[in-house]
Amino acid sequence: MDKNVDISLTVNGEKITKRVEARTNLVDFLRYDVGLTGSHVGCEHGVCGACTIRVDGRIVRGCLMAAAQADGADVWTIEGVTETGEIRALQDAFVERNALQCGFCTPGMLLTIAELMERKPDASRDEIREYISGNYCRCTGYQAIVDAVEMTRGTMGRMGASAGKTGASVGRKGASA
Amino acid sequence: MKPAPFGYARAATLDDVFSLLAEHGDDAKIIAGGQSLMATLNMRLSEPEILIDINRIDGLAGIEDTGDTIRIGAMTRHVDVEESHLVATHAPMIAAAMEHIAHPAIRNRGTFGGSIAFADPAAELPACAVALEATMHVAGKGGTRDIAATDFFKGLYETAVGEGEILTAVSVPKIAAGWKSGFMELARRHGDYAIMGLCAHLQFDGAKFGDTRLIFFNAGDRPVSAPQTAALLNGQSWSGELSEKLSASLKEELDPPDDLNADGPMRKHLAGVLVKRTLAPLAGA
Repeated sequence: MDKNVDISLTVNGEKITKRVEARTNLVDFLRYDVGLTGSHVGCEHGVCGACTIRVDGRIVRGCLMAAAQADGADVWTIEGVTETGEIRALQDAFVERNALQCGFCTPGMLLTIAELMERKPDASRDEIREYISGNYCRCTGYQAIVDAVEMTRGTMGRMGASAGKTGASVGRKGASA
Repeated sequence: MKPAPFGYARAATLDDVFSLLAEHGDDAKIIAGGQSLMATLNMRLSEPEILIDINRIDGLAGIEDTGDTIRIGAMTRHVDVEESHLVATHAPMIAAAMEHIAHPAIRNRGTFGGSIAFADPAAELPACAVALEATMHVAGKGGTRDIAATDFFKGLYETAVGEGEILTAVSVPKIAAGWKSGFMELARRHGDYAIMGLCAHLQFDGAKFGDTRLIFFNAGDRPVSAPQTAALLNGQSWSGELSEKLSASLKEELDPPDDLNADGPMRKHLAGVLVKRTLAPLAGA
Protein backbone atom coordinates (compact mmCIF):
# COMPACT_ATOMS: atom_id res chain seq x y z
CA MET A 1 0.00 0.00 0.00
CA ASP A 2 1.29 3.46 -0.86
CA LYS A 3 1.93 5.32 2.35
CA ASN A 4 2.61 8.62 0.59
CA VAL A 5 0.14 11.23 -0.58
CA ASP A 6 0.45 14.10 -3.07
CA ILE A 7 -0.92 17.34 -1.68
CA SER A 8 -1.37 20.83 -3.01
CA LEU A 9 -2.25 23.67 -0.68
CA THR A 10 -1.73 27.35 0.00
CA VAL A 11 0.53 28.34 2.89
CA ASN A 12 0.62 32.02 3.82
CA GLY A 13 -0.73 32.85 0.40
CA GLU A 14 1.84 30.77 -1.49
CA LYS A 15 0.89 27.69 -3.49
CA ILE A 16 2.78 24.55 -2.45
CA THR A 17 2.73 21.07 -3.98
CA LYS A 18 4.53 18.22 -2.20
CA ARG A 19 4.55 14.48 -1.73
CA VAL A 20 4.26 13.62 1.97
CA GLU A 21 4.10 10.54 4.11
CA ALA A 22 0.46 9.96 5.09
CA ARG A 23 1.48 9.88 8.73
CA THR A 24 3.04 13.37 8.61
CA ASN A 25 1.00 15.79 10.66
CA LEU A 26 0.38 19.31 9.43
CA VAL A 27 2.71 21.06 11.86
CA ASP A 28 5.63 18.75 11.04
CA PHE A 29 4.93 19.30 7.35
CA LEU A 30 5.10 23.07 7.87
CA ARG A 31 8.30 22.83 9.90
CA TYR A 32 10.26 20.21 7.97
CA ASP A 33 8.88 20.29 4.42
CA VAL A 34 8.07 23.98 4.11
CA GLY A 35 10.68 25.31 6.54
CA LEU A 36 8.29 27.40 8.62
CA THR A 37 9.44 26.76 12.18
CA GLY A 38 7.30 29.39 13.91
CA SER A 39 4.60 26.84 14.71
CA HIS A 40 5.92 24.80 17.60
CA VAL A 41 5.56 21.16 18.56
CA GLY A 42 4.88 20.53 22.22
CA CYS A 43 2.82 17.62 23.47
CA GLU A 44 1.84 16.09 20.10
CA HIS A 45 -1.53 14.99 21.44
CA GLY A 46 -3.62 18.13 21.34
CA VAL A 47 -3.23 19.36 24.90
CA CYS A 48 -0.70 22.21 24.85
CA GLY A 49 -1.75 24.39 21.89
CA ALA A 50 1.82 25.29 20.83
CA CYS A 51 1.13 24.02 17.29
CA THR A 52 -1.99 26.16 16.73
CA ILE A 53 -2.32 27.27 13.10
CA ARG A 54 -5.12 28.64 10.94
CA VAL A 55 -6.72 26.35 8.36
CA ASP A 56 -9.49 27.68 6.11
CA GLY A 57 -10.07 30.60 8.45
CA ARG A 58 -10.23 28.66 11.71
CA ILE A 59 -7.57 27.77 14.24
CA VAL A 60 -6.72 24.09 14.60
CA ARG A 61 -4.17 21.91 16.34
CA GLY A 62 -1.40 21.31 13.80
CA CYS A 63 -0.53 18.03 15.53
CA LEU A 64 -4.08 16.65 15.24
CA MET A 65 -4.48 17.09 11.50
CA ALA A 66 -2.67 15.05 8.87
CA ALA A 67 -0.90 17.05 6.18
CA ALA A 68 -2.79 14.82 3.72
CA GLN A 69 -6.04 16.29 5.05
CA ALA A 70 -4.85 19.81 4.25
CA ASP A 71 -4.92 19.16 0.50
CA GLY A 72 -6.66 22.15 -1.05
CA ALA A 73 -6.64 24.10 2.23
CA ASP A 74 -5.69 27.71 2.91
CA VAL A 75 -3.16 27.55 5.76
CA TRP A 76 -1.78 30.52 7.70
CA THR A 77 1.02 30.36 10.24
CA ILE A 78 2.55 32.92 12.59
CA GLU A 79 5.03 33.86 9.82
CA GLY A 80 2.19 34.75 7.45
CA VAL A 81 0.09 36.81 9.82
CA THR A 82 3.24 38.62 11.00
CA GLU A 83 4.17 39.49 7.43
CA THR A 84 0.73 40.84 6.56
CA GLY A 85 0.67 42.97 9.72
CA GLU A 86 -2.71 41.53 10.68
CA ILE A 87 -1.77 41.03 14.33
CA ARG A 88 0.80 43.83 14.67
CA ALA A 89 -1.09 45.62 17.48
CA LEU A 90 -1.43 42.38 19.43
CA GLN A 91 2.26 41.59 19.03
CA ASP A 92 3.19 45.10 20.18
CA ALA A 93 0.94 44.68 23.22
CA PHE A 94 2.64 41.36 24.05
CA VAL A 95 6.01 43.14 24.04
CA GLU A 96 4.68 46.11 26.01
CA ARG A 97 3.08 43.94 28.69
CA ASN A 98 5.84 41.31 28.82
CA ALA A 99 3.22 38.73 27.88
CA LEU A 100 5.89 36.13 27.15
CA GLN A 101 9.08 34.89 28.70
CA CYS A 102 10.46 31.88 26.86
CA GLY A 103 8.13 32.49 23.91
CA PHE A 104 7.47 28.85 23.10
CA CYS A 105 3.68 29.18 23.43
CA THR A 106 3.50 32.65 21.86
CA PRO A 107 2.83 31.82 18.17
CA GLY A 108 -0.08 29.54 19.11
CA MET A 109 -1.30 31.98 21.70
CA LEU A 110 -1.31 34.86 19.18
CA LEU A 111 -3.29 32.92 16.57
CA THR A 112 -5.80 31.80 19.19
CA ILE A 113 -6.26 35.36 20.44
CA ALA A 114 -6.56 36.69 16.88
CA GLU A 115 -9.55 34.35 16.40
CA LEU A 116 -11.04 35.39 19.74
CA MET A 117 -10.81 39.06 18.77
CA GLU A 118 -12.61 38.35 15.55
CA ARG A 119 -15.34 36.14 17.06
CA LYS A 120 -15.83 37.87 20.40
CA PRO A 121 -14.31 41.36 20.22
CA ASP A 122 -15.87 42.36 23.54
CA ALA A 123 -14.80 39.25 25.50
CA SER A 124 -14.44 39.73 29.25
CA ARG A 125 -11.25 38.72 31.09
CA ASP A 126 -12.95 35.45 32.04
CA GLU A 127 -13.92 34.80 28.43
CA ILE A 128 -10.37 35.57 27.27
CA ARG A 129 -9.03 33.05 29.80
CA GLU A 130 -11.58 30.50 28.64
CA TYR A 131 -10.64 30.99 25.00
CA ILE A 132 -6.93 30.52 25.68
CA SER A 133 -7.57 27.62 28.07
CA GLY A 134 -6.25 25.28 25.37
CA ASN A 135 -2.92 27.09 25.11
CA TYR A 136 -0.48 26.29 27.88
CA CYS A 137 1.97 28.97 28.97
CA ARG A 138 4.31 27.72 31.68
CA CYS A 139 6.05 31.09 32.25
CA THR A 140 3.64 33.98 32.62
CA GLY A 141 0.68 32.83 34.69
CA TYR A 142 -1.48 34.32 31.89
CA GLN A 143 -2.11 37.63 33.70
CA ALA A 144 0.06 39.65 31.33
CA ILE A 145 -1.35 37.81 28.31
CA VAL A 146 -4.90 38.75 29.26
CA ASP A 147 -3.70 42.32 29.90
CA ALA A 148 -2.18 42.43 26.42
CA VAL A 149 -5.44 41.29 24.84
CA GLU A 150 -7.37 43.99 26.66
CA MET A 151 -4.74 46.55 25.73
CA THR A 152 -4.94 45.64 22.05
CA ARG A 153 -8.67 46.14 22.02
CA GLY A 154 -8.09 49.60 23.48
CA THR A 155 -5.55 50.64 20.84
CA MET A 156 -7.53 49.12 18.02
CA GLY A 157 -10.66 50.95 19.13
CA ARG A 158 -12.77 47.84 18.53
CA MET A 159 -14.35 48.05 21.94
CA GLY A 160 -16.51 51.15 21.53
CA ALA A 161 -17.67 52.42 24.91
CA SER A 162 -15.70 49.98 27.00
CA ALA A 163 -12.39 50.81 25.29
CA GLY A 164 -11.82 53.62 27.78
CA LYS A 165 -12.39 51.32 30.70
CA THR A 166 -9.95 48.80 29.28
CA GLY A 167 -7.33 51.47 28.74
CA ALA A 168 -7.71 52.66 32.33
CA SER A 169 -7.30 49.22 33.83
CA VAL A 170 -4.21 48.53 31.75
CA GLY A 171 -2.78 51.89 32.83
CA ARG A 172 -3.33 51.05 36.47
CA LYS A 173 -1.64 47.69 36.17
CA GLY A 174 1.17 49.31 34.19
CA ALA A 175 1.72 51.84 36.97
CA SER A 176 1.91 49.22 39.68
CA ALA A 177 4.21 46.89 37.73
CA MET B 1 5.79 10.79 19.35
CA LYS B 2 5.17 10.19 15.67
CA PRO B 3 2.60 7.70 14.36
CA ALA B 4 3.58 4.38 12.80
CA PRO B 5 3.33 4.53 8.98
CA PHE B 6 -0.14 4.08 7.50
CA GLY B 7 -1.88 4.44 4.17
CA TYR B 8 -4.49 7.08 3.47
CA ALA B 9 -7.63 6.99 1.36
CA ARG B 10 -9.92 9.91 0.78
CA ALA B 11 -13.49 8.67 0.42
CA ALA B 12 -15.70 10.68 -1.92
CA THR B 13 -18.90 8.75 -1.17
CA LEU B 14 -20.29 6.40 1.47
CA ASP B 15 -19.90 3.59 -1.08
CA ASP B 16 -16.14 4.29 -1.10
CA VAL B 17 -16.18 3.90 2.69
CA PHE B 18 -18.05 0.58 2.51
CA SER B 19 -15.64 -0.78 -0.13
CA LEU B 20 -12.58 0.30 1.86
CA LEU B 21 -14.03 -1.16 5.07
CA ALA B 22 -14.79 -4.42 3.26
CA GLU B 23 -11.25 -4.53 1.88
CA HIS B 24 -9.34 -3.61 5.03
CA GLY B 25 -11.64 -4.64 7.90
CA ASP B 26 -10.17 -4.00 11.32
CA ASP B 27 -6.94 -2.70 9.79
CA ALA B 28 -8.77 0.47 8.72
CA LYS B 29 -9.76 3.42 10.87
CA ILE B 30 -12.25 6.07 9.82
CA ILE B 31 -10.99 9.60 10.40
CA ALA B 32 -13.55 12.38 10.85
CA GLY B 33 -12.28 15.39 12.84
CA GLY B 34 -9.41 13.26 14.10
CA GLN B 35 -9.17 15.07 17.42
CA SER B 36 -9.03 11.85 19.42
CA LEU B 37 -7.72 9.52 16.69
CA MET B 38 -4.69 11.63 15.76
CA ALA B 39 -3.63 11.79 19.41
CA THR B 40 -3.88 8.01 19.78
CA LEU B 41 -1.94 7.54 16.51
CA ASN B 42 0.75 9.97 17.66
CA MET B 43 1.10 8.00 20.88
CA ARG B 44 1.03 4.70 18.94
CA LEU B 45 -1.88 3.47 21.01
CA SER B 46 -3.42 2.60 17.67
CA GLU B 47 -1.56 1.45 14.54
CA PRO B 48 -4.02 1.05 11.67
CA GLU B 49 -2.91 0.02 8.17
CA ILE B 50 -4.99 2.72 6.56
CA LEU B 51 -7.01 5.82 7.42
CA ILE B 52 -10.29 6.35 5.60
CA ASP B 53 -10.88 10.10 5.50
CA ILE B 54 -14.59 10.97 5.37
CA ASN B 55 -14.14 14.76 5.41
CA ARG B 56 -14.89 15.17 1.70
CA ILE B 57 -18.13 13.18 1.57
CA ASP B 58 -21.04 15.44 0.62
CA GLY B 59 -24.09 15.47 2.85
CA LEU B 60 -22.53 14.19 6.07
CA ALA B 61 -22.37 17.63 7.70
CA GLY B 62 -25.17 20.00 8.60
CA ILE B 63 -27.99 20.56 11.06
CA GLU B 64 -31.60 20.38 9.97
CA ASP B 65 -35.05 20.72 11.47
CA THR B 66 -37.04 17.60 10.59
CA GLY B 67 -40.18 18.59 12.50
CA ASP B 68 -40.02 16.60 15.74
CA THR B 69 -36.25 16.33 15.81
CA ILE B 70 -33.03 18.14 15.03
CA ARG B 71 -30.90 16.00 12.75
CA ILE B 72 -27.18 16.57 13.16
CA GLY B 73 -24.92 15.13 10.45
CA ALA B 74 -22.01 13.07 11.75
CA MET B 75 -19.38 15.35 10.12
CA THR B 76 -20.86 18.53 11.64
CA ARG B 77 -18.03 20.34 13.44
CA HIS B 78 -18.46 21.09 17.13
CA VAL B 79 -18.13 24.82 16.41
CA ASP B 80 -21.13 24.68 14.08
CA VAL B 81 -23.23 22.89 16.70
CA GLU B 82 -22.08 25.47 19.26
CA GLU B 83 -23.21 28.34 17.02
CA SER B 84 -26.45 26.70 15.83
CA HIS B 85 -29.66 28.53 16.58
CA LEU B 86 -31.64 25.33 16.00
CA VAL B 87 -29.61 23.47 18.62
CA ALA B 88 -29.83 26.35 21.11
CA THR B 89 -33.62 26.48 20.72
CA HIS B 90 -34.51 22.80 20.59
CA ALA B 91 -31.65 21.00 22.34
CA PRO B 92 -30.45 23.38 25.06
CA MET B 93 -28.59 20.55 26.84
CA ILE B 94 -26.32 20.08 23.84
CA ALA B 95 -25.90 23.84 23.46
CA ALA B 96 -24.80 24.03 27.13
CA ALA B 97 -22.41 21.10 26.71
CA MET B 98 -20.51 22.48 23.71
CA GLU B 99 -18.26 24.98 25.47
CA HIS B 100 -17.01 22.18 27.72
CA ILE B 101 -15.81 20.06 24.80
CA ALA B 102 -12.07 20.70 24.79
CA HIS B 103 -10.90 24.05 23.44
CA PRO B 104 -11.79 26.32 20.50
CA ALA B 105 -9.08 24.95 18.18
CA ILE B 106 -10.34 21.41 18.83
CA ARG B 107 -14.01 22.36 18.43
CA ASN B 108 -13.16 23.90 15.06
CA ARG B 109 -12.07 20.51 13.79
CA GLY B 110 -13.72 17.84 15.94
CA THR B 111 -17.09 16.48 14.88
CA PHE B 112 -20.39 15.66 16.57
CA GLY B 113 -20.58 12.17 15.08
CA GLY B 114 -16.93 11.47 15.76
CA SER B 115 -17.37 12.12 19.45
CA ILE B 116 -20.40 9.84 19.60
CA ALA B 117 -18.90 7.03 17.50
CA PHE B 118 -15.66 7.14 19.52
CA ALA B 119 -17.77 6.55 22.67
CA ASP B 120 -15.32 7.85 25.23
CA PRO B 121 -17.13 7.40 28.56
CA ALA B 122 -15.72 10.75 29.73
CA ALA B 123 -17.11 12.65 26.72
CA GLU B 124 -20.11 14.95 26.92
CA LEU B 125 -22.06 14.13 23.77
CA PRO B 126 -22.69 10.41 24.32
CA ALA B 127 -24.28 11.26 27.68
CA CYS B 128 -26.36 14.04 26.11
CA ALA B 129 -27.56 11.65 23.40
CA VAL B 130 -28.69 9.10 26.00
CA ALA B 131 -30.34 11.71 28.24
CA LEU B 132 -32.26 13.15 25.27
CA GLU B 133 -33.14 9.68 23.90
CA ALA B 134 -31.60 10.51 20.54
CA THR B 135 -31.59 8.14 17.58
CA MET B 136 -28.35 7.20 15.84
CA HIS B 137 -28.45 6.66 12.07
CA VAL B 138 -25.99 4.07 10.82
CA ALA B 139 -25.27 3.09 7.21
CA GLY B 140 -23.65 -0.01 5.72
CA LYS B 141 -23.46 -1.74 2.35
CA GLY B 142 -26.78 -3.43 3.02
CA GLY B 143 -28.63 -0.21 3.83
CA THR B 144 -29.32 2.00 6.82
CA ARG B 145 -30.61 1.32 10.30
CA ASP B 146 -31.56 3.36 13.34
CA ILE B 147 -30.31 2.62 16.84
CA ALA B 148 -31.72 4.15 20.04
CA ALA B 149 -29.04 6.02 21.99
CA THR B 150 -29.86 3.89 25.02
CA ASP B 151 -28.83 0.76 23.01
CA PHE B 152 -25.90 2.39 21.23
CA PHE B 153 -23.14 2.48 23.83
CA LYS B 154 -21.91 -1.04 24.56
CA GLY B 155 -18.85 -0.43 26.71
CA LEU B 156 -15.51 1.34 26.80
CA TYR B 157 -15.12 2.86 23.28
CA GLU B 158 -17.62 0.26 22.04
CA THR B 159 -20.82 0.98 20.17
CA ALA B 160 -23.53 -0.85 18.26
CA VAL B 161 -22.00 0.27 14.94
CA GLY B 162 -21.29 -3.03 13.22
CA GLU B 163 -18.54 -4.25 10.94
CA GLY B 164 -18.56 -2.33 7.67
CA GLU B 165 -20.91 0.32 9.03
CA ILE B 166 -20.56 4.03 9.75
CA LEU B 167 -22.52 6.52 11.85
CA THR B 168 -24.01 9.10 9.47
CA ALA B 169 -26.25 11.31 11.64
CA VAL B 170 -27.96 11.68 15.00
CA SER B 171 -31.57 12.79 15.46
CA VAL B 172 -32.28 14.59 18.71
CA PRO B 173 -35.93 14.99 19.78
CA LYS B 174 -36.88 18.63 20.30
CA ILE B 175 -37.34 19.56 23.93
CA ALA B 176 -41.06 19.34 24.76
CA ALA B 177 -43.11 21.97 26.58
CA GLY B 178 -42.78 21.60 30.35
CA TRP B 179 -39.31 20.01 30.12
CA LYS B 180 -36.00 21.53 31.13
CA SER B 181 -32.42 20.42 30.52
CA GLY B 182 -29.45 20.80 32.80
CA PHE B 183 -25.77 20.18 32.07
CA MET B 184 -22.80 20.41 34.38
CA GLU B 185 -19.34 18.95 34.65
CA LEU B 186 -16.45 19.22 37.07
CA ALA B 187 -12.96 19.53 35.56
CA ARG B 188 -9.65 20.82 36.85
CA ARG B 189 -9.03 22.95 33.75
CA HIS B 190 -11.84 24.30 31.56
CA GLY B 191 -12.00 22.08 28.48
CA ASP B 192 -10.24 19.08 29.99
CA TYR B 193 -12.12 15.82 30.30
CA ALA B 194 -14.49 16.04 33.23
CA ILE B 195 -13.75 14.24 36.49
CA MET B 196 -17.47 13.62 36.29
CA GLY B 197 -20.47 15.28 34.66
CA LEU B 198 -24.25 15.19 34.58
CA CYS B 199 -26.88 15.51 31.87
CA ALA B 200 -30.32 16.01 33.43
CA HIS B 201 -33.54 16.07 31.44
CA LEU B 202 -36.58 16.87 33.57
CA GLN B 203 -40.28 17.36 33.24
CA PHE B 204 -41.88 19.92 35.53
CA ASP B 205 -45.43 20.20 36.81
CA GLY B 206 -45.28 23.71 38.23
CA ALA B 207 -42.52 23.61 40.85
CA LYS B 208 -42.74 19.82 41.15
CA PHE B 209 -40.54 17.37 39.27
CA GLY B 210 -42.19 14.86 36.95
CA ASP B 211 -40.31 12.37 34.73
CA THR B 212 -36.59 12.77 35.15
CA ARG B 213 -33.53 11.34 33.45
CA LEU B 214 -30.16 11.61 35.13
CA ILE B 215 -27.20 10.48 33.01
CA PHE B 216 -23.66 10.74 34.33
CA PHE B 217 -20.47 10.70 32.28
CA ASN B 218 -17.05 9.50 33.38
CA ALA B 219 -18.94 7.41 35.92
CA GLY B 220 -18.46 4.02 34.23
CA ASP B 221 -17.55 2.43 30.92
CA ARG B 222 -20.37 4.27 29.08
CA PRO B 223 -22.99 6.93 29.90
CA VAL B 224 -24.47 5.86 33.23
CA SER B 225 -28.14 6.25 34.02
CA ALA B 226 -29.45 6.61 37.60
CA PRO B 227 -33.13 5.68 37.26
CA GLN B 228 -33.72 4.80 40.94
CA THR B 229 -32.49 8.19 42.08
CA ALA B 230 -34.37 9.94 39.28
CA ALA B 231 -37.59 8.23 40.41
CA LEU B 232 -37.21 9.81 43.86
CA LEU B 233 -37.79 13.21 42.24
CA ASN B 234 -41.21 12.35 40.87
CA GLY B 235 -43.88 14.60 42.43
CA GLN B 236 -41.38 16.36 44.70
CA SER B 237 -40.33 20.01 45.00
CA TRP B 238 -36.70 20.94 45.53
CA SER B 239 -35.56 21.05 49.16
CA GLY B 240 -32.42 20.50 51.20
CA GLU B 241 -33.93 17.31 52.51
CA LEU B 242 -34.59 16.01 48.98
CA SER B 243 -31.03 16.92 47.99
CA GLU B 244 -29.65 14.82 50.88
CA LYS B 245 -31.89 11.94 49.90
CA LEU B 246 -30.70 12.10 46.28
CA SER B 247 -27.03 12.17 47.32
CA ALA B 248 -27.53 9.13 49.55
CA SER B 249 -29.35 7.28 46.79
CA LEU B 250 -26.62 8.04 44.23
CA LYS B 251 -24.02 6.53 46.58
CA GLU B 252 -26.02 3.29 46.47
CA GLU B 253 -26.89 3.36 42.81
CA LEU B 254 -23.60 4.39 41.16
CA ASP B 255 -20.40 2.39 41.04
CA PRO B 256 -17.88 4.79 39.47
CA PRO B 257 -14.29 3.72 38.78
CA ASP B 258 -11.05 4.86 40.40
CA ASP B 259 -8.53 6.71 38.26
CA LEU B 260 -5.75 9.26 38.61
CA ASN B 261 -8.18 12.16 38.95
CA ALA B 262 -10.59 10.76 41.53
CA ASP B 263 -11.43 7.53 43.30
CA GLY B 264 -14.85 5.89 43.36
CA PRO B 265 -16.00 7.32 46.72
CA MET B 266 -15.04 10.84 45.63
CA ARG B 267 -17.00 10.40 42.39
CA LYS B 268 -20.02 9.19 44.38
CA HIS B 269 -19.76 12.36 46.42
CA LEU B 270 -19.43 14.49 43.28
CA ALA B 271 -22.58 12.89 41.83
CA GLY B 272 -24.56 14.44 44.68
CA VAL B 273 -22.82 17.78 44.19
CA LEU B 274 -23.62 17.74 40.46
CA VAL B 275 -27.28 16.90 41.05
CA LYS B 276 -27.65 19.64 43.64
CA ARG B 277 -25.93 22.30 41.55
CA THR B 278 -27.81 21.34 38.39
CA LEU B 279 -31.31 20.74 39.72
CA ALA B 280 -31.69 23.50 42.31
CA PRO B 281 -31.49 26.36 39.77
CA LEU B 282 -33.79 24.52 37.33
CA ALA B 283 -36.34 24.13 40.11
CA GLY B 284 -36.04 27.84 40.83
CA ALA B 285 -34.56 27.16 44.27
